[in-house]
Amino acid sequence: MTAGLLAAEWTKIRSVRSTVWSLLAFVVVAIGFSTLVAVVVSNNWTRPGPHPNQITLHTDPTAVLFGPGFGLGQLAICVLGVIVISSEYSTGAIRASLLAVPLRIPMLAAKAIVFALIDLVMSTITVFAVFFISTSILSSHVSITLSQPGVTRACIGAILYLTVLGLFAMAIGGLIRHTAGAIATVIALVIVVPPLITLIPGTIANHVHGYLPTVAGVLIGQTAQQPADVLSPWQGFGVFCVWTAVLLAACGYLLLRRDA
Amino acid sequence: MLWRVAEAPGHIEARELTKRFGDKVAVDHLSFTVEPGRVTGFLGPNGAGKSTTMRLICGLDWPDSGTATIGGLAYKQLSRPLTRVGALLEARSVHPGRSARNHLLFLAQTQDIPARRVDEVLELVGLSDVAGKRAGGFSLGMNQRLGIAAAMLGDPKVLLLDEPGNGLDPEGIRWVRNFMRQLASEGRTVFVSSHLMSEMAVTADHLVVIGRGALIAESSTQEFIQRSSERSVLVRTPDQARLRELIVDEGGKVTQDQDGGMVVTGLEAPRIGELAASASVVLHELTPQLPSLEEAFMELTAGSVEFGDTRTS
Ligand SMILES: Nc1ncnc2c1ncn2[C@@H]1O[C@H](COP(=O)(O)OP(=O)(O)OP(=O)(O)O)[C@@H](O)[C@H]1O
Ligand SMILES: [Mg+2]
Repeated sequence: MTAGLLAAEWTKIRSVRSTVWSLLAFVVVAIGFSTLVAVVVSNNWTRPGPHPNQITLHTDPTAVLFGPGFGLGQLAICVLGVIVISSEYSTGAIRASLLAVPLRIPMLAAKAIVFALIDLVMSTITVFAVFFISTSILSSHVSITLSQPGVTRACIGAILYLTVLGLFAMAIGGLIRHTAGAIATVIALVIVVPPLITLIPGTIANHVHGYLPTVAGVLIGQTAQQPADVLSPWQGFGVFCVWTAVLLAACGYLLLRRDA
Repeated sequence: MLWRVAEAPGHIEARELTKRFGDKVAVDHLSFTVEPGRVTGFLGPNGAGKSTTMRLICGLDWPDSGTATIGGLAYKQLSRPLTRVGALLEARSVHPGRSARNHLLFLAQTQDIPARRVDEVLELVGLSDVAGKRAGGFSLGMNQRLGIAAAMLGDPKVLLLDEPGNGLDPEGIRWVRNFMRQLASEGRTVFVSSHLMSEMAVTADHLVVIGRGALIAESSTQEFIQRSSERSVLVRTPDQARLRELIVDEGGKVTQDQDGGMVVTGLEAPRIGELAASASVVLHELTPQLPSLEEAFMELTAGSVEFGDTRTS
């Protein structure tokens, strides 16, 4: 693969509005929602009643800082991941792309690299923005710093999770090829299937749940492993990477096999 | 130009090319050769498999069997393929949200073609003024021009154009025709499909004709017209009844044309002249008719028309 292919994928991604809108939605939703939660927690700090968030802020602070904002904001990354590839099929642009790169796999690789880099940069900015905004809002009640055990790893972990999530969505977009179907599938895998599995009683269901792609993947964004977690943060991230690698390989295989 | 690769021979060759979609055989053991330096028309009724063949040549669809090569290589073996082959496909291949310039720019970047070439081809097809506009707002004709710009981006020796006149106005069609003739005269290989036979008659030097995915004829346009249709002769005479009798007695057939002439088939012009002379019939006109490419085509592809019969009868 050449620098030219990377430049071409960068041109493709930056030259359509959906990219800008998805990334804007990601940043606004993640920062906005996280800030809102931090403000609400801070304002209710001294009110009577149970405060589960206050307890979690001591046991696993990044779960409170990142959970709500990125739980919602990640959907924008999923949508963008799908459309960077599915839109080529829905618009027919794939034919122009493959005329230029008939070996096909270099095109897919360049697309994955460019999109992952964009995702990485935007996630880094957003994760640290959320961290510093939320911790400063909560600073009069609880002190959370990057030097506390696990906190820096959790911040970097959240960035890595969001980056791999984009590739996970892209692979599904390339497998399914239809934008709506692929977005529905990714969203189902990310937010619908995990809670459904927990409804099944028994320890097997608990293990299945723990190995689901994003259930395993988000562990890296926690400050510390929780009692209910089947996997450690890095194990969980490894499982998520394996899921994504397998899906990307399948995506590449079918890209080679199918007519454009 | 620095970025142009060493000249490679530009033959397009299909050998026993076969493509099925489910039960349907779209291309059926098709073999033909397209030579450089002339415009080769690719003719066939709707659904004959022209577009499918073009996609097979460009490596977008995989054949079930057979091969297609350009200058002896499969499309996917070409390095920087856009500098060797320019293709205008039938189906849309531009993201409607992307500007014409960005569409061409990303294609140029994949081939290490300098960005200034993008402006050159935009100028070439007359889209400079709308280069920054989203392609989704383009008319059919503007889209077609953008497709031609993309095909010309790498200054290729081989051009594959699937119905390039689609959506163009008469002036645009004339422009494309002259453009193709010019490209061929520069020694390039121009392979162009069309359903407008009359257009091919004035554009193509050579023809590849297919029906139901299989080859029907491969010859020069001239030869195709002459060989493939029954010749007829236009006759004008003040004594129609008498001459008609003589012709029918000799085994010829006579039909009346709109402005009072007789169209004779089954007899050559000299024989008609002799018959008239022998009976002292005065002739005002005796003209051998060249059949139009249209007629030749209809005749050849009769029986291999995919959808035609049910609609026209
Ligand atoms: N992707 C596809 N899936 C299924 N069938 C297809 C596909 N592409 C083409 N066909 C079928 O293959 C046959 C050949 O189609 P093709 O588009 O190559 O014909 P064509 O000669 O280009 O026709 P036209 O003059 O209408 O453009 C048709 O019967 C068509 O329905
Ligand atoms: Mg066609």
